[in-house]
Amino acid sequence: MNIIYFLIGCSILLALAFLAAFFWAQLSGQNDDLYTPAMRILLDDDAEPPADK
Amino acid sequence: LKIKTFQMRQNITIEKTACYHCGDDCETLHYVVKEKNFCCQGCKTVYEVLSASKMGNYYSYNDHPGATRARTDKRFEYLNSPEIAAELIDYTDSQVTIVTFFIPHIHCSSCLWLLEQLNKINPAIHYCRVDFLKKQLNIRFDHQKITLQQVVEILYDIGYEPLISLQDIIKKQNDIKKDNLIQKIAVAGFCFGNVMLLSFPEYFGISGYENTFRHFFGWLNVLFTLPVVFYSGRGYFIAAWQNLRKKVFGIDFPLALGIAVLFIRTVIEVATHTGAGFADTLCGLVFFLLVGKFVQQKTYHHISFERDYRSFFPVAVHIIKDDSTQAIPLAQLQTGHRMLIRHMEIIPADAILLNGDALIGEIVYAGGRQTGGAIELEVVKPVYQSYLTQLWNNEAFTRQKDNRMQTFNETVSKYFTIVLLTIAFGSLLFWLPTDVRRGFAAFTAVLIVACPCALALSTPFTMSAALSVFDRNFFYLKNIAVVEQMAAINTIVFDKTGTITTGNSNQIKTEGFLSVPEQQLIYSACINSAHPLSRMICQYLGGQHRLTIERYAEIPNMGILATIGSHRVRVGSSKLVLGYKEIAAKVTKVYLMIDNKPLGFFEFSHRYRDGMENISEMQPAYKIYLLSGDQDHEREELSQLFKGQLGLHFNQSPQQKLDFVQSLQHQGGRVMMIGDGLNDAGALKQSDLGIAVTDDVNNFSPGSDAIMDGRSFHKLPAFLRFSKDTISIIRFSFFISLTYNVIGLTYAVTGMLSPLTAAILMPLSTATIISFTSLATHFAAKRRDLI
Repeated sequence: MNIIYFLIGCSILLALAFLAAFFWAQLSGQNDDLYTPAMRILLDDDAEPPADK
Repeated sequence: LKIKTFQMRQNITIEKTACYHCGDDCETLHYVVKEKNFCCQGCKTVYEVLSASKMGNYYSYNDHPGATRARTDKRFEYLNSPEIAAELIDYTDSQVTIVTFFIPHIHCSSCLWLLEQLNKINPAIHYCRVDFLKKQLNIRFDHQKITLQQVVEILYDIGYEPLISLQDIIKKQNDIKKDNLIQKIAVAGFCFGNVMLLSFPEYFGISGYENTFRHFFGWLNVLFTLPVVFYSGRGYFIAAWQNLRKKVFGIDFPLALGIAVLFIRTVIEVATHTGAGFADTLCGLVFFLLVGKFVQQKTYHHISFERDYRSFFPVAVHIIKDDSTQAIPLAQLQTGHRMLIRHMEIIPADAILLNGDALIGEIVYAGGRQTGGAIELEVVKPVYQSYLTQLWNNEAFTRQKDNRMQTFNETVSKYFTIVLLTIAFGSLLFWLPTDVRRGFAAFTAVLIVACPCALALSTPFTMSAALSVFDRNFFYLKNIAVVEQMAAINTIVFDKTGTITTGNSNQIKTEGFLSVPEQQLIYSACINSAHPLSRMICQYLGGQHRLTIERYAEIPNMGILATIGSHRVRVGSSKLVLGYKEIAAKVTKVYLMIDNKPLGFFEFSHRYRDGMENISEMQPAYKIYLLSGDQDHEREELSQLFKGQLGLHFNQSPQQKLDFVQSLQHQGGRVMMIGDGLNDAGALKQSDLGIAVTDDVNNFSPGSDAIMDGRSFHKLPAFLRFSKDTISIIRFSFFISLTYNVIGLTYAVTGMLSPLTAAILMPLSTATIISFTSLATHFAAKRRDLI
């Protein structure tokens, strides 16, 4: 059963990595604006205006 | 005598087409490009600019995405002044400048698309990013190729004029959230999850030969509680310490005590191998408390509650010096300067009129908006001493609002803390003579189990649910404390113009047909009167030729009698014109008569906002007053709405309004002030709850506790009732959480509290409170027809 020590160590390290990733995202401002990117993705970049109907 | 009304309407209805740019009705058909109709030159120009830069896609994402533009001249020369530019710019070096603008018109995906393509219009703009909810545009540009003024002019050309004001709301808003709350929640949640997992073996039972695991898990749990207590939970210790020094027992004190006791007991139990400790209760407690705090912090990014005269006034003023105009920052405006104020600009300081259409030599007070041609004024008082701005020197603006009523939570937590400490020390003293260890176990268990987690959560969750209900009804509260203030209100004070009357005067209708000479006669009679109805009639009839008047008499509350040439003109109430009193109607009518021939009437409908009838029904539960800066022309109509004349006060200066609110407060009134303009700013600030009414939340509204969209004015009684409902919900949820506390205490006082009981009781009570408050608020809102 000593494998438990190793497994718990692994799981905590993994969880810490995710926590660190969240901190990085938060501090680099990735969560500052959660609304605009959702709209931006729906807009085309370089389309010519469609012919008038 | 019988009145003869003519059925023919004066307006000839032309077939209306919607403007391709802004969607308004096109009054004329003068502005047509490529078979597209535009309502004005401004809209047409924007279309031409956009199609020249191949930005026609702007119109394909949404129909009529633009804003209408009545004004077509640019006035951004002041941005060349280095002092003003320095205030606005976020960052600048030798190459690039970064600036953030607040653009109120941002509202759809077309706006987003267009504003992020500015470099197609001018390549010197490197980068632009829209923050849609905050309505902000962040621009990075090469200032050697394009100036700040040119950037703003591009924005103006494409129909997105930024709102530039001295009190820079952009920077202020970005500064607010720096308390790392989200990070604290993340850490607490991370530890909570891990600790729970590690605690399960203990709860399900660990056999004797696995005892080494028990210590391993125990120490890991202690390790996880360290960041929870010292990083996430730090704020509670600081708040509790500050409260203690001020000698108040806030809710933070029992919370901090609970956290500390949980931590110390867990460490001791794990270190002495006497038990598993309460690590998961501790982490869960801090996690839920922080979530409650997060819910509490609802902010409206696009609305500012702190606006004062600085955001109302322009950033720069044009002054005339040596026969040329130049822009100077408002702060540099001095007595003796000659200002040039153009159409739709605001007069920033008390001044004497030098030339223009109005009366020369007249003193003009700051705050007025010039309409019509340009005027020249000489400043007589600096901006910060003008009649209007001196209001801000009143103590109402400098002191903190300390006369706020104590919130329910504050009142309760004081007694709660005292009772809690009594029970804790009582159980300690009870066990101490027989069993010292059991005594301390009971003492700590009481503090753990009675930790008012659910109590601390009931207010934020109820209030934030209430806030989103108000939000749906276009009523925006500054923070959750405002709901509780609203429930305690017993006196309501209204401003008149703009608050209970609508801003625009277009709701004038005529019955009957007036020939041109008749129109001239009526116009000439009405132009002499300052009565608001006369003014509206003149505005309606437009620029007629003004005839000389032989005899003129204005009878207060009745109307006008005039002799013009050989004609006798009567304009006014039915009693004056027709000789009998008409049965009171909801609409105001002004009857016309020329040479004893009745000519029908002007009808003014909806002059008051919808729902004014409901206002009088709020008496006598609320005392209702009206404070108006205007003359008392409308006294009679208003006394019907306000049930009597006692509450009506006319000719009130901004300072008098403030003083009146203060005197009501001295008589024990908890006053809600509802106003709209700068002249109410003092009263709004002095009152216990100031509500600014506006027809467009992005427009200027004075500093207040809440901003109400004019459309939801009729819901005011429902809002007040709903705020009282939420207080009842909080009280009830408080009893629920007390019940849980009593159940826990029966275990705790015996000193036999098992970690498992605590670990179940705490999340269970929290879940009950959260679901109860959310559901109850939802049903209360439904009952009041708010959702």
